[in-house]
Amino acid sequence: MTDVVLRTEKLFKSFGALKATNDVSLDLRKGEIHALIGPNGAGKSTLIQQITGHLASDSGTVRLMNEDLSGVGPAERARKGLGRTFQISSLAMEHTVLQNAVLGALGKRGNVMSFFKPVMKDAQLVSAAKAALVQVGLAEFAAIRTADLSHGQRRQLEVAVALTLKPKAFLMDEPMAGLGLEGAQQMIALLTKLRKEAPILLIEHDMDAVFALADRISVLVYGEVIATGTPEEIKVNPEIRRAYLGDEVPA
Amino acid sequence: MTRETLINVAALAVLLAVPLWALMADEPFIITLATRAAIFALAGVGLNLALGSGGLVSLGHAVFFGIGGYAMGILASHAQSYEPIMEAPFLIEGTKSMPMIWLVAMVTSALAALAIGALSLRTSGVYFIMITLAFGQMIYYFAISWPAYGGEDGLSIYVRNEFPGLNTLVPMQFFGLCFAILCLALLLMNAIHKSAFGLALSAARQNETRVLSVGMKPYHLRLVAFVISGAVTGLAGALFADLNRFVSPTMLSWQMSGEIIIFIIIGGVGRLFGPVIGAMIFILLEHTLGGLSEFWHVYLGALLLGIVLFAKGGVIGAFAGREKAHD
Repeated sequence: MTDVVLRTEKLFKSFGALKATNDVSLDLRKGEIHALIGPNGAGKSTLIQQITGHLASDSGTVRLMNEDLSGVGPAERARKGLGRTFQISSLAMEHTVLQNAVLGALGKRGNVMSFFKPVMKDAQLVSAAKAALVQVGLAEFAAIRTADLSHGQRRQLEVAVALTLKPKAFLMDEPMAGLGLEGAQQMIALLTKLRKEAPILLIEHDMDAVFALADRISVLVYGEVIATGTPEEIKVNPEIRRAYLGDEVPA
Repeated sequence: MTRETLINVAALAVLLAVPLWALMADEPFIITLATRAAIFALAGVGLNLALGSGGLVSLGHAVFFGIGGYAMGILASHAQSYEPIMEAPFLIEGTKSMPMIWLVAMVTSALAALAIGALSLRTSGVYFIMITLAFGQMIYYFAISWPAYGGEDGLSIYVRNEFPGLNTLVPMQFFGLCFAILCLALLLMNAIHKSAFGLALSAARQNETRVLSVGMKPYHLRLVAFVISGAVTGLAGALFADLNRFVSPTMLSWQMSGEIIIFIIIGGVGRLFGPVIGAMIFILLEHTLGGLSEFWHVYLGALLLGIVLFAKGGVIGAFAGREKAHD
């Protein structure tokens, strides 16, 4: 299994009596989109936060390229190659679109403690940032204040910033949330291309998007993975239909 | 040239023109006032890096202002009494040389900022304000109860310290020195604002999670900003003590911390020249209104209230609009 990029092994996390993450073992392989679905409160966001290091696990390990990330903080995990996007856009709103992207490129390069050189004149950083903006289709908005972007554009910018990190794996928490039909279509097209750069662990409520994009799907219910499989396998799994999908399965 | 640049240039021109006029009109007191404004501006420029760019509302910056002042007072008092500060394990003597005093003032206040920042920056919001205030009060009461350097009465220095090639006792020459240092500090802050560090620091103020998830540590960014900020404010303290030839615990008081914040709020939080314009207006009010009534702070309060309610960007914000993102 040399093509496993990211792996969780027996992850646990409880909040009091609530088992938010219960024995979760997953892997993310090269070139794939692995979707994580489950009803509200299933523990999807908790799991993402355990993987990114924002939340300490009670037990279990997270491995990136087979390296154990236990005890490694969120900043270091990002440096090691976990590119994350947030459920609620998390950007520096007063900065321009380009500045947000440059911030990502700067994080990738390290060496933030530079006090005299104008960062926006650093050709290397700016070209890396612009390339990421081109990839998500925001190139023409580079000079706009991030606060003035539309909701959908902010989602795209989140992806662009993650891209500048040249991550080994993407963790995307509901990238389609709040997007209209057209926006969702654009995002689907973008993620389809993106999986070639790095595999994507995708949390998403939009089932059309999940079934259009995912190579594999894991279903999380009450903190437990009750099934993992291809979209076809998941669609026909009676247990999942009962537990989660109901009658809303797309044809 | 943007409107903000225009305002900035105008502010510097006024700050330079007033003492020049006073020189010709033979009003040395006005030159002293302008020097005071330049020094207060420098203290504010220091704090503005932490408060404006970093979003760290420090209510303890008088600590660094006072440490700078005491660095000058202690070094100069030993120099005037010819007693070394310490003999064992190695000899440290007092000095009347300004560059040496400035260096000591900046290093000691930077170290104090490192210690205070390392602890305080583990908190945020109102807790950060309170803990910096607490450190400030601690050091204030320490200074009051430390008899070696005057305690509550403070410490007088008979002759202003020396700068090579200048006669610092001539008011205009000392003003020139302070003005030049202020300009250098503004250049430094402008460079920092546009640097990689400045971008990351300001991003950490706007969104801590964002900075973390691109692999940077907000705590480190803020600590470095706090140290630079403390050092610049400490330098202002050394100049202030030299201006008055006197240092006392008042320089360490929380009212002083508040005043430095007020300069920034009046001028414009996070604006490069905010503290310069704020300090100039403060001195102007203190001089004109202070002549009318002992209770001139009432008017200052009204001005602050007006700014906080109606012009959050301060004077610069009101005239130049929202800050243009640099590119």
